Amino acid sequence: MFHVEREVTGVLVGERLPAVYVYQAPVRLWHWVNALCITVLAVTGYLISHPLPTQPGEASGHFLMGYIRFAHFAAAYLFAVGFLGRLYWAFVGNRHSRQIFTPPFADLNWWKEVLFELRWYLFLEKAPKKYLGHNPLAQVGMFFLFTLPSVFMIFTGFALYGEGEGLGSWQSQAFGWLIPLMGGSQAVHSWHHLVMWVMVCFVIIHVYVAIREDIMSRQSIISTMVSGYRMFKD
Amino acid sequence: MPPTETFYEVMRSQGITRRSFMKFCSLTAASLGLAPGMAANIAHAMETKPRTPVLWLHGLECTCCSESFIRSGHPLAKDVVLSMISLDYDDTIMAAAGHQAEAILGEVAAKYKGNYILAVEGNPPLNEDGMYCIVGGKPFVEQLRRVAKDAKAVIAWGSCASWGCVQSAKPNPTRATPVHRVITDKPVINVPGCPPIAEVMTAVLAYMLTFDRLPELDRQGRPKMFYGQRIHDKCYRRPHFDAGQYVEHWDDDSARKGYCLYKMGCKGPTTYNACSTVRWNGGVSFPIGSGHGCLGCSEEGFWDRGSFYDRVTDIRQFGIESNADKVGGTAAAVVGAAVVAHAAVSAVKRARHHGPGEEGGD
Repeated sequence: MFHVEREVTGVLVGERLPAVYVYQAPVRLWHWVNALCITVLAVTGYLISHPLPTQPGEASGHFLMGYIRFAHFAAAYLFAVGFLGRLYWAFVGNRHSRQIFTPPFADLNWWKEVLFELRWYLFLEKAPKKYLGHNPLAQVGMFFLFTLPSVFMIFTGFALYGEGEGLGSWQSQAFGWLIPLMGGSQAVHSWHHLVMWVMVCFVIIHVYVAIREDIMSRQSIISTMVSGYRMFKD
Repeated sequence: MPPTETFYEVMRSQGITRRSFMKFCSLTAASLGLAPGMAANIAHAMETKPRTPVLWLHGLECTCCSESFIRSGHPLAKDVVLSMISLDYDDTIMAAAGHQAEAILGEVAAKYKGNYILAVEGNPPLNEDGMYCIVGGKPFVEQLRRVAKDAKAVIAWGSCASWGCVQSAKPNPTRATPVHRVITDKPVINVPGCPPIAEVMTAVLAYMLTFDRLPELDRQGRPKMFYGQRIHDKCYRRPHFDAGQYVEHWDDDSARKGYCLYKMGCKGPTTYNACSTVRWNGGVSFPIGSGHGCLGCSEEGFWDRGSFYDRVTDIRQFGIESNADKVGGTAAAVVGAAVVAHAAVSAVKRARHHGPGEEGGD
């Protein structure tokens, strides 16, 4: 069966639909690598600011904080390079790959769909709609709770990393201007922490909603990020 | 005072021997990290170049910069540089006083127009037209603007002049303002610290006087040679940081073993200064060497950046004083609770909607 898909919102109308290829392989690979990075970054980041109990013995026998910081920096590089790769894919990939970067804020219809999704989550709508990619509310969430915070974390992260690398390093030259702008190194640390928590909140909501939609809405969600295909249950 | 007077002549007239003079040149070259051959260049410059006068003004401050300066670890460096300065104007340590002393300011500014260095200790308060700091019957900010007008460059001594320090801490009732926000048409060299290290002060002055140019500055106008690295980067306790060995209480075993003070709120990782290499009191020690964390006194607004004894410091953006991890942790807990509640309502709704006996799938 064939159905016309409304532009921009991606909301689908009609009866039974065939499986649709939504998330291309690079997007799926990025998603899972990224999930791992965020987990490692959040845990090691927390341990950097709240270190584990003191190690016994001589300093020469341990490198615990060194390893934790190494893990943080390695995951951070992977996160940053992955984000750049994902950004590249937004240009060359299918139209769903652009969704988390370009919510159509100027589109009134799209805002109506956002409102509809809000009502659905507030239990005011009886039946959910079907969407090919992200639903509009998810798009808003992705943009404000993931895409923008990611950019912020990459910028502040490299600015702080540049402090350790030294004044002449490319990290310091490219991102070091942020430190005086934000009121000094300590303030940048505090903001880096706060936005980490924004991303933790995002992860909680993201995982919950993905599971809930998988069960309650009429389309596959979790398996889509594995196989790439969106299936419809009715 | 003939205009052709050189530094060397000034020093000799102060009773400094040539041998001492050469030692000073070697020391200056070494402290600036220059090649050994550069000592001769410094000596040559000081023998032939006309002396650059330094005027030293005091605004809202506590004189800790001057106190530090006159205790410069190397007495010779202090004597030489100090004698060059006190010749002109420094209202705290010069012998002259009153209107005659104030008149020197105008004389030097006229005679060496565009050719003298202005060193400022403290900052001007701008509220009430600057009435919170009066020098010679007039607001300090007027004196600062007048003397800076014809200066070649301005040195902002200490955190007061560089950032504002304690007098500009919230709510800053006098609107104490750092020098570079008031003097915007001259190069301003920030030499922060509360106080700055004596050797750093003399070396910055000696560099500018002998080479007749500004030292290389970072983004915040600080000389890179002394503010290019954090306390943390050159701290002798750094191996304990990397190993994960920290002081947890002031009197614990780790404190006695000299472990890292990170958990005690040491600001070494966020503070740019030369304390861990140059140290204080002639290289005797520095705060971390004495078992106390760095306060971050050379960082902008260090009074308003939360406790000296917390690693994750309090912030006030959310109307309450709490740290980022407490605010964030609370937010995450609220979101988590909301998710659980939402899940529960969803489950109930779904169960009701499907009802017993009804077929699944909507």
